[in-house]
Amino acid sequence: MKAVELKNIIKTYSTKKETITAVDDVSFSVEEGEIFGLIGPDGAGKTSIFRILTTLLLADKGNAKVLGNDVVKEWKTIRDIIGYMPGRFSLYQDLTVEENLDFFATIFNTTVQENYDLVADIYKQLEPFKTRRAGKLSGGMKQKLALSCALIHKPKILFLDEPTTGVDPVSRKEFWEMLKRLKKQGITILVSTPYMDEAKLCDRIALIQKGKILSINTPVEIVKQFGQNLYAAHSENMFKLLNDLRAFPKTKSCFAFGENHHLTLDGENIEELKNYLAERGHKQLTIREIKPEIEDCFMQLMKAHPNPSQREGL
Amino acid sequence: MKQLLIFIRKEFRHILRDYRSMLVLLGLPIVQLLIFGFAITNETRNSSIAILDNAKDETTQKIITKFENSRYFDIDRTLTTNEQIEAAFKSGKIKLAIVFQSNFQNELAHANKAQIQLIADATDPNQATTLVNYASSIIMDYQNELNETNKLPYTIKTETRMLYNPQLKGAYTSVPGVMGMILLLISAMMTSIAIVKEKELGTMEILLVSPMKPWLVILSKAIPYFIISLINVATILILSVFILGLPIQGSLTLLILATVIYIFCALSLGLLISTITETQQEAMLISLLGLMMPVVMLSGYAFPIANMPFVLQALSNVVPAKWYIVIVKGIMIKGIGISQIWKELLILLVMTVLFLTISIKRFKIRL
Repeated sequence: MKAVELKNIIKTYSTKKETITAVDDVSFSVEEGEIFGLIGPDGAGKTSIFRILTTLLLADKGNAKVLGNDVVKEWKTIRDIIGYMPGRFSLYQDLTVEENLDFFATIFNTTVQENYDLVADIYKQLEPFKTRRAGKLSGGMKQKLALSCALIHKPKILFLDEPTTGVDPVSRKEFWEMLKRLKKQGITILVSTPYMDEAKLCDRIALIQKGKILSINTPVEIVKQFGQNLYAAHSENMFKLLNDLRAFPKTKSCFAFGENHHLTLDGENIEELKNYLAERGHKQLTIREIKPEIEDCFMQLMKAHPNPSQREGL
Repeated sequence: MKQLLIFIRKEFRHILRDYRSMLVLLGLPIVQLLIFGFAITNETRNSSIAILDNAKDETTQKIITKFENSRYFDIDRTLTTNEQIEAAFKSGKIKLAIVFQSNFQNELAHANKAQIQLIADATDPNQATTLVNYASSIIMDYQNELNETNKLPYTIKTETRMLYNPQLKGAYTSVPGVMGMILLLISAMMTSIAIVKEKELGTMEILLVSPMKPWLVILSKAIPYFIISLINVATILILSVFILGLPIQGSLTLLILATVIYIFCALSLGLLISTITETQQEAMLISLLGLMMPVVMLSGYAFPIANMPFVLQALSNVVPAKWYIVIVKGIMIKGIGISQIWKELLILLVMTVLFLTISIKRFKIRL
């Protein structure tokens, strides 16, 4: 049995002016015991998919199953076996850390003592602050508390909607280590994130853009499918460099990427490119071949699947 | 059961930790009752009056003494000429002037009639009418005394009796009114806000995904406000009996039963509001405009329903507070029993069931 199974799910939102397709014919499945990542920018449809799977939202078309239970017909069963952490911080700000955890344990028909070992790693870090109100915690602490609350009833599947958004890099790292530990306990985890660097921490990922799935595979395979040489370019004047690189006739793609520009070329024309840039007065120019990352793949896939509205514009 | 208990405890924590709201919840009824019972009232006491006695004889002295002894009037000044009357009113100090004709005693003795002129400051028409009535009744009183000794035939007397509220106390209308208003405010507005708050903060998302039944969520939201409402009822009744001096004529049990039904009605209205709103502001606005306004305007508390145009009279029938105020007035002031108010109680019950049914139909198990 698959932990999660979606078949041809379509979800649209209608406003007076227009109809927006948030989830556009999405199908994928998640195996039991894996960490599955939904990777995509804001507005890609990640939250809609989560809400359909957690029985909070009805899809327009298609069907979905969570551990074999239909999300429409067997919503009650699903609500008993899943853990859900919504994107927005959803705990009671005026209750203390302890009271929040205790409350969620009880409404999920369990006690903190019963499943303490499950949250112990995370909750130990929170214990010094257990009498502090949740509203007065730092961002990372809030996420840890939210995760503790989502975990306390020992769910079979954990749905985490952008759990690390707005969390500092150190806490993000800790958070992912926690997910790894949870996986060892046999909990299936479906996690969404807009951060591409988190993608390689998942067992499998789905790259999603404007409600459509661009690719589903392990992070390693997705990177392998890149299939081209990728170069990182750097010079004194990065803005001019970007424009010049894009103007170079044999450039296939070029994006600003942190402190470098990443580009792909038609054929092996590095020397030609270097001369071309030298003519345009770029100093301290370095161009080196690099290994592609998930984000490079994402950019490439986005270019290959332009979304409908952009297509109309062209 | 454990779920329900911890949920109710959580709700109480929300209420207790927001001490400003709590102060409003518990203090508002007291303040309102005292304001409406004491400060804002149609009763007039110790009104300053002026007297122009053109006769200065035994009879006018007796009448003036009667005015002096009345707790309604204070003789502020004694005038000597007609011209001073206007000046006295313009000074703003006096509300009423009493003018005796010259030769008052003689005229009364020989022509069997004498004239007293009452001049009132009618910038406040209600007060002027009240004062003139008070003054007339004092004068009538004196006339009756004279008639008894003289045994004159053919006298027609009007006798007015103010039933149930002989002293025309303001508290008789304000206590039922404040109860109708406060209970609706706390039960309906606060409950709807408490439910909508979960939607707004996103915690409803988790509650829905939890195994806890939606109706249990609603129940645990309603119970704390039900308890607070009962505390308020107790405060209002204690204040009205011991401070405002308004006794409960009828059965206390019946009064409490009717109040509990009314609270249920208000709670189900609050639930209904929570199903049609998404934000706390929305819920508050609808509660205030949709509930408070009709209660004040159409319940018969501030304005008599019988004087309203037909459309408003018809509309007033859907305001639960109207029926509740009728019940409270009946039990507290007239001392009537269930046989005379069962109809009103039934209407409240039907309304409650109706509101509950619509809310349950509308309550979303999804987002």
